[in-house]
Amino acid sequence: MIAEAIRRSALADYAERFTTLYETTGGSISIRELPFLAQLNLRVDAGDAAVMRQLTDSLGFSLPLTPNTAAHAGDRRALWLGPDEWLIVDPDDQATSLEQALRDGLAGVFGSIVDVSANRTVLEIRGARARDLLAHGVPIDLDPRSFRANQCAQTLLAKAQVIIERRGDEAAFHLYVRSSFAGYAAEWLLDAAATDR
Amino acid sequence: MLIPCPWCGDREDIEFKYGGAAQIAYPTNPDSADDAAWARYVFFRPNPKGKMAERWVHSAGCRRWFNLGRDTVTHEITSIPDMGQRR
Repeated sequence: MIAEAIRRSALADYAERFTTLYETTGGSISIRELPFLAQLNLRVDAGDAAVMRQLTDSLGFSLPLTPNTAAHAGDRRALWLGPDEWLIVDPDDQATSLEQALRDGLAGVFGSIVDVSANRTVLEIRGARARDLLAHGVPIDLDPRSFRANQCAQTLLAKAQVIIERRGDEAAFHLYVRSSFAGYAAEWLLDAAATDR
Repeated sequence: MLIPCPWCGDREDIEFKYGGAAQIAYPTNPDSADDAAWARYVFFRPNPKGKMAERWVHSAGCRRWFNLGRDTVTHEITSIPDMGQRR
């Protein structure tokens, strides 16, 4: 007998508590897990213009070269992690085509692609008090004047290493947290939201 | 304390880890260096009260190493010749 493969996201058990939080805060804090995103870690020499052009062609957009910024085309996003390192994120069903796009982009070049999809889960935190909530535990300034649209930052939330991304929408933050720290981060957010009320 | 990461800019010190003294020169001729020279390179470190050149890594951020001048008494970040170099 073959065991049935069941995929569970890191925060599947928290959905109900997130819903309760939304209700008790009158909709001012909404937390939602975006599970199972395809995430690939790309490392390549950013100084090689020919390779960067090749990657732009195969990905559909240019990798962000400014530290702590993100670029995207449709749902496919690239987050700057380091001077030669990016996190490329795509919906779950695009995993194979994303891998192929990066393989094409790196054809004949020294670089690496590592599938880190199971490494992190993503939380979408939005609402009027989303920024106040995060500001309790994040040492960087999340004010829209300094943390603008399409910026991302690797930092700490309480004691967990996270990547925070601000997409176009000013009221929403995307929090990438390691699966093994996801429970800790979720508990911390729920607790901070409760004491903050 | 805010530490200036050459890539990410000013970030709080909790995001960083300390890497000891910077500018420790590797023996110029490793083949002929004697035990005393190796011992000096491996184990001997400055421990000044005042300005010091240090290695730091932005461990919770971009994970890059860099050199930094810091006053060990006041924590004032001071400029050193190879400070802010992206390596």
